[in-house]
Amino acid sequence: MAHPDAAPAKIILTAAEMARMVDRIAHQILEKTQGARDTILLGIPTRGVPLAARLAGRIRTFEDTEVPTGTLDVTLYRDDLRLRGGTRAVGPTTVPTGGVDGRRVVLVDDVLYSGRTVRAALDALSDLGRPRLVQLAVLVDRGHRELPIRPDYVGKNIPTSAAESVRVLLAETDGVDEVRLADRP
Amino acid sequence: MSRSYLLAGVAPLGRAPTDVLIRDGVVVALDAAGAAGARAGAEVVDAAGLVLLPGLVDLHTHLREPGREDAETVESGSRAAALGGYTAVCAMANTEPVADTAGVVEQVYRLGRAAGLVDVQPVGAVTAGLGGQRLAELGAMATSAAAVRMFSDDGRCVADPRMMRRALEYVKAFDGVIAQHAEEPGLTLGAQMHEGEVSAVLGLAGWPAVAEEAIIARDVLLAGHVGARLHICHVSTAGSVEILRWARQRGVRVTAEVTPHHLVLTDELARSYDPVFKVNPPLRTAADVTALRAALAEGVIDAVATDHAPHTVEDKECEWAYARPGMLGLETVLSVVLSTGALAGDAGTDWDALAQRMSRTPARIAGLDGHGRDPAVGVPANLTLVDPAATTTVEPGASASRSRNNPYTGRTLPGRIVATFLRGEPTVLDGKATR
Amino acid sequence: MITHLLSAADLSAQDATGLFDIATQMDAAMTDREVKKLPTLRGRTVVNLFYEDSTRTRISFEAAAKRLSADVINFSAKGSSVAKGESLKDTALTLQAMGADAVVIRHPASGAAHRLAGWVRGSVVNAGDGTHEHPTQALLDAYTMRSRLGRLDGLSVAIVGDVLHSRVARSNVVLLATLGARVTLVAPPTLLPVGVAAWPARTCYDLDAVLPGSDVVMMLRVQRERMDDSFFPSAREYARRYGLDAARMARLPDHAIVMHPGPMNRGMEISAEVADSPRSTVVAQVANGVSVRMAVLYLLLGGAR
Repeated sequence: MAHPDAAPAKIILTAAEMARMVDRIAHQILEKTQGARDTILLGIPTRGVPLAARLAGRIRTFEDTEVPTGTLDVTLYRDDLRLRGGTRAVGPTTVPTGGVDGRRVVLVDDVLYSGRTVRAALDALSDLGRPRLVQLAVLVDRGHRELPIRPDYVGKNIPTSAAESVRVLLAETDGVDEVRLADRP
Repeated sequence: MSRSYLLAGVAPLGRAPTDVLIRDGVVVALDAAGAAGARAGAEVVDAAGLVLLPGLVDLHTHLREPGREDAETVESGSRAAALGGYTAVCAMANTEPVADTAGVVEQVYRLGRAAGLVDVQPVGAVTAGLGGQRLAELGAMATSAAAVRMFSDDGRCVADPRMMRRALEYVKAFDGVIAQHAEEPGLTLGAQMHEGEVSAVLGLAGWPAVAEEAIIARDVLLAGHVGARLHICHVSTAGSVEILRWARQRGVRVTAEVTPHHLVLTDELARSYDPVFKVNPPLRTAADVTALRAALAEGVIDAVATDHAPHTVEDKECEWAYARPGMLGLETVLSVVLSTGALAGDAGTDWDALAQRMSRTPARIAGLDGHGRDPAVGVPANLTLVDPAATTTVEPGASASRSRNNPYTGRTLPGRIVATFLRGEPTVLDGKATR
Repeated sequence: MITHLLSAADLSAQDATGLFDIATQMDAAMTDREVKKLPTLRGRTVVNLFYEDSTRTRISFEAAAKRLSADVINFSAKGSSVAKGESLKDTALTLQAMGADAVVIRHPASGAAHRLAGWVRGSVVNAGDGTHEHPTQALLDAYTMRSRLGRLDGLSVAIVGDVLHSRVARSNVVLLATLGARVTLVAPPTLLPVGVAAWPARTCYDLDAVLPGSDVVMMLRVQRERMDDSFFPSAREYARRYGLDAARMARLPDHAIVMHPGPMNRGMEISAEVADSPRSTVVAQVANGVSVRMAVLYLLLGGAR
């Protein structure tokens, strides 16, 4: 519950802006991968999953190409489990047929912050096999990296302070498309 | 070297306040409060608001010496007894070596005299080595300096019916009594706690009520048949109470005791698996507790006896199955009994009934003439002073016993023993032992 | 979040179902990959404190811990300080000093796991204490039922054998009742505890009457030594009245499964034919045991304390 005196959350991206970003990222992927050749998308739960599905959908619309899509749960690879209190439920990991060996894997997530989630995803990925190349697509990069990790495809760079929180809402999971910036309670 | 003491303003058995003068080990005067003024040379004990009882007598205590002095000695147990308001205790025979000869009972008797805190009346074993095979030399123990009158294999049951019959008959010659630990061994092999709903869930082997009741039923019939006295130790079940009531109606000379813990604690406490609650006979159900309280009030159960059973930390701080059974009781018993309200009337505690159950009757059963006598001129001054308005919070660390297996830790109980007099000399004053 | 797993009663229906879902994910993670290891419990130490011989359970816990990258220390009672008379409390303090994050204990005395939990700071997992409980066995049994039959709620489960001395039976009765299954205990009257009427289960002395209505038949191990204590007159009579043979198995509904916690007394409570039939889930139970125990260790150690 937000403190009653705190400033209400600010909407910094609308549904229309988000849709444009997804379209742009889809085009960029097609450009950088020569038409999504030998490429698969893996969404990081929770919201990376519907985002990956949307990207696959836009790619199909633009160039009539099926990009195999899956999910990569990273809970069991996190290095900060003990700091977060309580154990998290473990989500599914579904890898498209053909696995990851020798392919280009594009990891998809909603927000890039410290980079620890992506690091855990890289560890999880290396236990699944040996991709030829790994890239990262995120909707929002809010800075404050704690590891040397950089995205290949970004929707928007939003400078934030550690006292703020960025929340991405998607129709598939939250009923609406919106990105909000608020003070951390 | 005895002195004189004036117990000023005390209420004998809760009646009107009186000054009680003790000299040379005997009660010499009872005057209405303050009327006679101070007696020359008497040490005055301010006893306003206190109740005066005949010194408490315990029919069933384990002093562990000889053999297990790490758990308790005659001296430490005597001190605990005095602090509990006792002037006499019967020390059970399951020591190491067993008290089955004149030699051992006399040793225990002398240790008690040397400690001088309570009259220790040794109990003799019924069978040699508690083995149940051969009678111990009951006559020798009776004529020894220890003057044994009560015999018990407590810890074990005299299970063989023929042996029990012989024992009941034999002690008639010197007005002795057999005190039976009622437990049919065939029904309690490996038993850990009361057999019931709780034991089923906890996976602990059960000690069924019938194992106690079957022996009591057999023994009251035997005692009736051979015309002997019989005493039943630590009655723990509602069914046992019914059998005792039936036997009394038929004129069988049976007496019975109940422990303080069986008047307040139930088998639900075993759910913690803490062996401080492991005891033999085991804690039973709330229905049994209710029946025992009613039986005590009614007199079907004649006495409260502590079954004070000290055990070292190693014997209790372990897995339930490996722990020895038994609980401390001497220092807390009066407060525990008061907390049950079992001996209460409309006007609060019935001190007369309490004196009957905790002093007069036990003294009579054990054959201790000097004890269990209400304060009156010429009577030996074995007396207990109780503050009924005070409370006691149980702290095992503060106990006089060498052991710490106290099931009431942290509880606050009504009443407090303020002073105890043994043959006119104080063993406890102001709640502290005098030596 | 629970700190210890001492009894099946420590888990709500929600806890148990959540645990099964995690076990499923762990299972999938193990099968679909080259490196059968997850780094989740790296740097944590799990001690197997086994006062009773049990190779199969100990190995199951060891495999579970190692697949999560935990360090495993095996402490068996034989030939150790315990054999020299060291008390459980002293052993507990030693393990604590060695930095055990979790202690998995199997012990012949009921309540030993409860006592241990009072003496160590880490998590205690009861791997079987006397005749009291064996919660991870109940979890893997329920998990196996769910995977073979698709549900637990409303399932009819018959548990057959020495209920009186069975920690597996106690844990299963509690957990299955929590999850909405209907349990019937089948045994000779001598092998049912006096207090069983208070349990969330029916009892029946007649195995043949119960079989046609059962979705699951769980056979408990019955020791022949019980015969010497007159719980039943002979092994032959026991097998005849309460043993599951091919003829009885044929009277089960088509979909019904036969379970056994192991080790089996072939010819006593279960015939070889039944043990090796497709209805038998014994092998699956062992495999599921590792996944379920991985989930248990994850739940106890995977989060903040």
